[in-house]
Amino acid sequence: MASPFDELKFRDPERARALSGALAREVEAAGRTISLMHVCGSHEQAIARFGLRAAFPRNLDVIMGPGCPVCVTDTPEVDEAVALAAQGARVCTYGDMLRLPGNSKSLADAQSDGGNVEVVYSVSQAVDLARQRPAEQVVFFASGFETTAVATAAVLLSGVPENFSVLSAHKYVPAAMDVVSEMKETNIEGFIAAGHAATITGWGIFEPFAARTRTPVVVAGFEPLDVLAAVLELVRLVRARRPEVMNCYPRCVSKEGNGPALEKLWKVFDVVGGNWRGIARVPRGNLELRSEWDHVNARRRFRIDTAAVGGASRNVLAEHCICGTIMSGLAKPSDCTLFGKECRPDAPVGACMVSSEGSCKIWHVYGGPPDLREVA
Amino acid sequence: MTGGGKVGLKHGAGGRAMRALIEEVFLGLASPVDGIGLSALDDGAAIRVGDRWLVITTDSHVVHPIFFPGGDIGRLAVSGTVNDLAMMGATEPLALTCAVILEEGFARDDLVRIRDSMLEASREAGAPIVTGDTKVMGHGEVDGIVLNTAGVALCDRVVTDAGLRVGDRILVTGSVGDHGMAVMVKRHALGIQGDLRSDVAPINGLVRAALLAGGEDVVAMKDPTRGGLASVLHEMAGKAKVGVLLDETAVPVNAEVRAACEVLGIDPLVVANEGKAVIGVRPGAADRVLAALRAHPLGRRAAIVGTAIADRPGQVILDTGLGRRLLAEPDGEPLPRIC
Repeated sequence: MASPFDELKFRDPERARALSGALAREVEAAGRTISLMHVCGSHEQAIARFGLRAAFPRNLDVIMGPGCPVCVTDTPEVDEAVALAAQGARVCTYGDMLRLPGNSKSLADAQSDGGNVEVVYSVSQAVDLARQRPAEQVVFFASGFETTAVATAAVLLSGVPENFSVLSAHKYVPAAMDVVSEMKETNIEGFIAAGHAATITGWGIFEPFAARTRTPVVVAGFEPLDVLAAVLELVRLVRARRPEVMNCYPRCVSKEGNGPALEKLWKVFDVVGGNWRGIARVPRGNLELRSEWDHVNARRRFRIDTAAVGGASRNVLAEHCICGTIMSGLAKPSDCTLFGKECRPDAPVGACMVSSEGSCKIWHVYGGPPDLREVA
Repeated sequence: MTGGGKVGLKHGAGGRAMRALIEEVFLGLASPVDGIGLSALDDGAAIRVGDRWLVITTDSHVVHPIFFPGGDIGRLAVSGTVNDLAMMGATEPLALTCAVILEEGFARDDLVRIRDSMLEASREAGAPIVTGDTKVMGHGEVDGIVLNTAGVALCDRVVTDAGLRVGDRILVTGSVGDHGMAVMVKRHALGIQGDLRSDVAPINGLVRAALLAGGEDVVAMKDPTRGGLASVLHEMAGKAKVGVLLDETAVPVNAEVRAACEVLGIDPLVVANEGKAVIGVRPGAADRVLAALRAHPLGRRAAIVGTAIADRPGQVILDTGLGRRLLAEPDGEPLPRIC
């Protein structure tokens, strides 16, 4: 019986070989090493899972930047959630956020301390919990880029019970690219933008960035051929010195994006500055609820006492963690002395080993340092 | 051992953690034997008796749910032990034992169903059940039923799981992932429609066909149960100190299994099988053994999937058809991705 996957045209090895061949010729013709960056855990997953780095030419570097919204969620944000749990609120969040370390505790720790912490699969599930438990305060610790922020916005707009509020740790994708392009020590010549976020924002959002930084951007999907084709187009733009935005994911992404979704997003959220873990203060990095939504904003509604749960207990292992450097694209997971040894998915030291979107976790799951170009 | 010195579920999941537990705790039981004993950590032991080998193995079975599409715990218990004997090269089992621990309140009708399927499987395998033991524990002291079987067989040549040499080819006797996905979808009530059925079966007849065709060129065998094909290949590579290059596109995976795995974010290579073998053969015999497997009703989808290489000893390199990466050794039970 023919499988629907036998015909998955975005995983066709023959077309992949053709693209790899074209890529090798482009990079060779450039006569130097070209470094590209993607800013999305799902791209890293596609690259790692399908072993694409072994299909890239030797002098092409495709680096993962700060593309994991969970990983860049800062310690004080985790502390706020931990404090709310300690203060008696029921804190609901996505599974990836559970083990993310705060100053001294994660939400998983808060849970073992007897706090009410629940993993939910959607914001609506958190709202349902609030409806079922009217006597409790239910706080949704929201994470993710625009794609998930839209879901949070839609739920708020459709009306939530009085005992429901949001603690936003939502991050804004264009900021991730700004951060890296402003780092003097990086040598990134082109960016691969995340296709799913672009389905919401549209690819047009990257045009000012490309013009300002003189760096080309391609919007890419998440199947192996999507990634290969996007990398090839990006190398061509780099070689031609054309700082343009190219949409390599037209089956999902338009220039304008999803109008109704954007309308909902900006009705509820504002772009504000914030600290990204291990990286820097990012001027337009966070999505915070607009002031009209103060009544559902946990930060406005409750006095959150993070001092009570902070308290620096010195974590010797964490001092060796180089997550920040990895997320900035300046080091690889395998450059970290803890990678795969003291730091593993079942006992993560840094944020990048916690989230399934984190580069360390992805490398670990898909076999570690991926460069097999030398193996016969 | 992680987990604060306590045993965790992952220590029974067939991966790195389980191997560490066995090495750290149970290897202390090992003593020298004339043959292959505990320290070999193989599917069973082989003790020299005159000019032949007595192969012996034991296996306890717990599965949730007890009845699943394609089989039940009874069929599993008989097949598991028969297959462990076969993986040592002993394809004609002399006898099996059956020890059962039941929870107070267990339905007698279910027990009869389980007995019947044990009987059916033992007839398929030609392996009579000759002795047994029954215990009942209080409600909540054991989860439903635990079934243990042991088996003995004689053979002239023992095949271990450590015999790979550079250049050897690696065969799998059919599609992978069927058992684990059938059980997982039923267990988590995932509501995935389609014909997901366990492959649980005694495969001593199939293995006999491979051994008849390949003779001494069959150099390594192991059944890819918990931890799946990935775990077996790591073990074979580690014990033989060779690398393994696995061609992912050559690994047979049923369409239903592939679809369920894709939806749930699970790699079929780490999913359990209960009616398959991974067989290492010298390169010259690969086609002959493949033909013999395919001629058997349980081996129609057999395929050559990999090669032992000199690079990266102890590791498994996965060629995805699009590129290459290392295959991680499974650690813990694969869990369905929810988001």
